Amino acid sequence: MTTPLLTVKDLRISFAGKEVVHGIDLTIAPGEKLALVGESGSGKTITALSLLRLVQNAEVSGSAVFQSPKGEVELLGMPERLLRGIRGQDIAMIFQEPMTALNPLFTIGNQIEEILALKQGLAPSLRRQAAVKLLADTGITEPERRAKSFPHQLSGGQRQRAMIAMALACQPKLLLADEPTTALDVTVRTQILDLLGDLQRKNGMAVLMITHDLNLVRRFADRIAVMENGVMVEQGTVKDVFASPQHAYTRKLMDSKPTRDVQEVPADAALAPILQASRLRVSYPVSVAGFKGWFKTGEFVAVQGATFDIAAGQTLGVIGESGSGKSSLALAALGLHPSKGDLSISSMTWSNHAANNKAIRKAVQVVFQDPFSSLSPRMTIESIVGEGLAVHQPHIKAMALQQRVLQALLEVGMTQDQFPGLLQRYPHEFSGGQRQRIAIARALMVEPQLLVLDEPTSALDVTIQKQILQLLQRLQRERGLSYLLITHDVDVIRAMAHQVMVLKDGVVLEAGPLAQIMDAPEHPYTRTLVAAQA
Amino acid sequence: MTILSLSPSKRAWLRFKKNKLGFWSLVIFSTLVVLSLLADVLSNDKPLVVSYQGHLYFPIAKDYSEKTFDGDFATPADYLDPFIKDKLTTSPNWAVYPPNPYGPKTINYFAKSPNPSAPSRDNLLGTDDRGRDLLAQLVYGFRLSVLFGLALTLIGVVIGVITGAIQGYAGGKTDLVAQRFIEIWGSMPELYLLIIFSAVFAPSVALLLFLLSLFGWMGLSDYVRAEFLRNRQLDYVRAARALGVSNLQIMWRHILPNSMTPVVTFLPFRMSAAILALTSLDFLGLGVPPGTPSLGELLSQGKANIDAWWISLSTFAVLVITLLLLTFMGDALRDALDPRKAET
Repeated sequence: MTTPLLTVKDLRISFAGKEVVHGIDLTIAPGEKLALVGESGSGKTITALSLLRLVQNAEVSGSAVFQSPKGEVELLGMPERLLRGIRGQDIAMIFQEPMTALNPLFTIGNQIEEILALKQGLAPSLRRQAAVKLLADTGITEPERRAKSFPHQLSGGQRQRAMIAMALACQPKLLLADEPTTALDVTVRTQILDLLGDLQRKNGMAVLMITHDLNLVRRFADRIAVMENGVMVEQGTVKDVFASPQHAYTRKLMDSKPTRDVQEVPADAALAPILQASRLRVSYPVSVAGFKGWFKTGEFVAVQGATFDIAAGQTLGVIGESGSGKSSLALAALGLHPSKGDLSISSMTWSNHAANNKAIRKAVQVVFQDPFSSLSPRMTIESIVGEGLAVHQPHIKAMALQQRVLQALLEVGMTQDQFPGLLQRYPHEFSGGQRQRIAIARALMVEPQLLVLDEPTSALDVTIQKQILQLLQRLQRERGLSYLLITHDVDVIRAMAHQVMVLKDGVVLEAGPLAQIMDAPEHPYTRTLVAAQA
Repeated sequence: MTILSLSPSKRAWLRFKKNKLGFWSLVIFSTLVVLSLLADVLSNDKPLVVSYQGHLYFPIAKDYSEKTFDGDFATPADYLDPFIKDKLTTSPNWAVYPPNPYGPKTINYFAKSPNPSAPSRDNLLGTDDRGRDLLAQLVYGFRLSVLFGLALTLIGVVIGVITGAIQGYAGGKTDLVAQRFIEIWGSMPELYLLIIFSAVFAPSVALLLFLLSLFGWMGLSDYVRAEFLRNRQLDYVRAARALGVSNLQIMWRHILPNSMTPVVTFLPFRMSAAILALTSLDFLGLGVPPGTPSLGELLSQGKANIDAWWISLSTFAVLVITLLLLTFMGDALRDALDPRKAET
């Protein structure tokens, strides 16, 4: 066996005396692709950043020996001045969010040239050519023109390609990739991953990929290292670990793919659908530039000509990438944004009459994506959950209201035994998954027939995601709820939906029963979408 | 996990208490304010209780004529007159005078040196150029300044929060019109208006409060507007709208508590600005009516009587300490409400 490129021994990281990484060992061979896997808070990003000593206020101990071309160096002990020579030159890094990792005030070309000037001291004319060539290597279209673009003029995928071009400018021996595809749409994800694989082979560099996405690990990595709460629980080749995971936590992670457990009976044709929409159109006003803008406003059409209905007890899954108009669809269904066309919920339509709308609000409720912004931080759990009922039954007695709140919380699996003083607590005392349960309890309080689920699990860790989906499935079976499920995740659709609608740029590309869309997609876009998460 | 379920404001209070400088500033300032509210008992030219020939009198609450104490005139008694004082204090009669036996307007006609007289046993901090006791002036001046600052801040906060909330929540045309109005209103020359009004109307504290309030709300309304604009599109507000909660309820229960951070943070700074504004207007002679004890008027006296160092020095000390305490409180409050420190 060759000497490893990087050998990490007993790495411990603590912040203000509180240890978050408890002594991990790690080796990466030259040209190897290692995936570091764990949920949020497991310490995987901090581990990678501390290798280059990029974490502020952290006390790092242990050793990390790196085989640089100039000989063996100790990353954790070497002087800052020498370490700067290693950063970017021998070890490069790409980040999760390319928009914030690129400087918005400089062109992409400038930023790549800066590295070439700093690290390789190239002459200005050579630099320009080299930068364009690096961009071309990442498969970006029109690299000449892109080099002159600012970050905001590029799409998310293009920005990540530019980041990769920057990282590879000096042909590093080791690339640290921190969730490089998480912020991207699924169809772009596979492209970026394939690109990283190609460049890795071509340059013969090693890659340490930090991720929580096991699909991605299987596709990309040679070896996998699993972290839980700052401890390395398992390491091995991808094949071995996926075939027979040893540690309980690894098994839990492997097992976190959502399972389907919904009633498969076809909708009762005799019953009227809960929600009916035909030729639905949602638009936003945008200002028109120049003199014309004084007299009229333009509009941006988010959803166009969407026709669909949702039967009682069934789930309509709406899948699309960012900007496809799926969230606008949700807001229109909730009557929070005006829409044109016909939209009726339990044969009522939104209007300007408060009394009429109040009746519909009892029938349709919502669960949002971000559990942190969806609960008011200054209200107690009791008042958050109880508010809906207090609106719709203003004369309910305080005791009865409290009973109903406790019951709703019980239904989402939260009891006072588990959380003493549950009702008087504030949202900050709960984790993301628990908050999402509270948000579901709030929606259930008014006993709606339809729940709009706007990416209900995409902000959660995979194991929590599975639990929340199981909860939603159980509630649907028990209460006969209908769901309008909005997501970008094919796995979630497979687990939950009865009917599927594919949305792209505000237009419905394809709609039909789950089996038809997933197994025999007609539209090429749907095919790439399904294939991206196979 | 020993302390469960603290509301965000309670946690902010705990963080505030951890800041020793800010916390003790609050304690000292509150003590000073309470003492100044008791100024009538602490610094007054009338005795609190008098026992004269077996009868009890309460001059602080009721006026008695000099004849009550066997004087010559039917006018209200002057308890600092050596003749009366002597009568009241010779046994078996007794009188309890306040610790500082001068009111805000009391002129010491019996000072041993010409006005302004230097600090002495009679006048602990000396007198001003009209023979009024300086300590009494400062105590009453401080009280007026603080109460004025509180009132101006309170009115500014109420108007600022309401206008900011309406602009931020309604957005669109309402916001546009209100913003233009604020721009026009804010560019009016405040000082000229004050000079004109002080020429037209009889100057009074209420008029000054009204005029300064007309302009004092704008800075705050911008902050509240920005907070409302940010908060109204957060998911918890959307969820409340989806539940059918009325607009007023959403503003009151959901957005307002989450928008108060800039308001609370600025309270001490606004108050010190209000006190300074009153002081400078008094200094210029555009403030409270003549004869009202005020720090600004004392400062201008100090300027007129440079030799009488006790006037300018003690007034300066009171002002600096007041503003310093408010600033320390403001700093601590800002740190306590900093969202980046909210997790701990």
